[in-house]
Amino acid sequence: MDINATLLGQAITFAILVWFTMKFVWPPLNGMIEERSKRIADGLAAAEKGKQQLLDAESRVADELKKVQGRANEIIANAEKRSNQIVEAAKDKAQSEADRIIADAKSQIEQEFLRMKEDLRLQVSDLVVRGAEQILRAEIDRSRHEKILAQLKTEL
Amino acid sequence: MASATEYIVHHLTFNKVTLGGKPGGFWSLHIDTFTMSLILGFVFLAVFAIVARRAKVENPGKFQLFIEMIVDMVDGQVKDIFHGKSKLIAPLSLTIFCWVFLFNLMDLLPVDLISWVNHMIGNPEAHWRVVPSADVNATFAMSLSVLILIIGYSIKAKGFGGWMKELFSAPFGPKLGPINFIFQMIELVSKPISLALRLFGNMYAGELIFILIALLPWGAQWILGGPWAIFHILIITLQAFVFMVLTIVYLSLAVEDH
Repeated sequence: MDINATLLGQAITFAILVWFTMKFVWPPLNGMIEERSKRIADGLAAAEKGKQQLLDAESRVADELKKVQGRANEIIANAEKRSNQIVEAAKDKAQSEADRIIADAKSQIEQEFLRMKEDLRLQVSDLVVRGAEQILRAEIDRSRHEKILAQLKTEL
Repeated sequence: MASATEYIVHHLTFNKVTLGGKPGGFWSLHIDTFTMSLILGFVFLAVFAIVARRAKVENPGKFQLFIEMIVDMVDGQVKDIFHGKSKLIAPLSLTIFCWVFLFNLMDLLPVDLISWVNHMIGNPEAHWRVVPSADVNATFAMSLSVLILIIGYSIKAKGFGGWMKELFSAPFGPKLGPINFIFQMIELVSKPISLALRLFGNMYAGELIFILIALLPWGAQWILGGPWAIFHILIITLQAFVFMVLTIVYLSLAVEDH
């Protein structure tokens, strides 16, 4: 045991070492370690949050899909109904058109027929009158029987 | 060949210079202890300061991680033991641990390496004790600094009056004031003595045993030297750790009420 001034030198050295460590070594190292553990904790929290958000988004997407599916079904049903309606309406329209054309044709035929009949009557009455004239040229005074002939004409 | 006694004495003699007063008195300096301490302290500061300067939060290198591991270990001990707030305790503990560890590590240098170097530089009779912690001056320098800190922290935490009151009233109550004071003083003084002598004793004994092993025939030295060196790896780390932990414990006791 030889205590001497070395002790003082050692103590001063020790004090300087501690001061330097306290000033320049400990704060940056410890701060960095704390910063890193904070970043790791933040990262883990963010990952957890992201996972939760993903789950939320997935369930939202599923909801949305279900809604869209329902809406699509509705639209398809409407379209089918509408197309049926259109087909029905077209059928009805065609039917009525056809009916109308037929009716027109019938009335035209009727008119034609009447006109023909009139023509024929006039021609027949002419023929009859001309025949009767030729037969009766001698006996019948045309002007005297004009009245009767006209009457006949109308009766034919 | 010198005798065994001369050999041992040669290895256990400090390189001492007298600064003033009578030769060998208090005002002399162990150049070897002091120089080794300075070099080792500088190694510690340089390594840690460079790592601290280059430290990155992301993608730390292996060496940075090793340094961080030490810092984290010290920080964990301080947080476990010392519950007050102090900017000093953690850096103090780190310094103690690393410095004492490096002191002790010198014990693993071959005992005759320094003598061989002295021989090579043409000064075979020079003394050079290479393990600073095997010098009571080095261990007491630290433990007495710790004692000053204990007193300082006690006064800071409780006030001078509060500290005095505690010295006279614990552990037996205020009626037995002087007895309390004697007990407290014994406790206070025993702290630095036990700190310093524990470390010194371990390292001195370790060094002495290495010297004794070195006296064996060279072919047989490894039989004892190997196991003792391996065992010493544990001892030197453990002693550094114990010194650090006890320092934290003493300082935490200083700020807590008894």
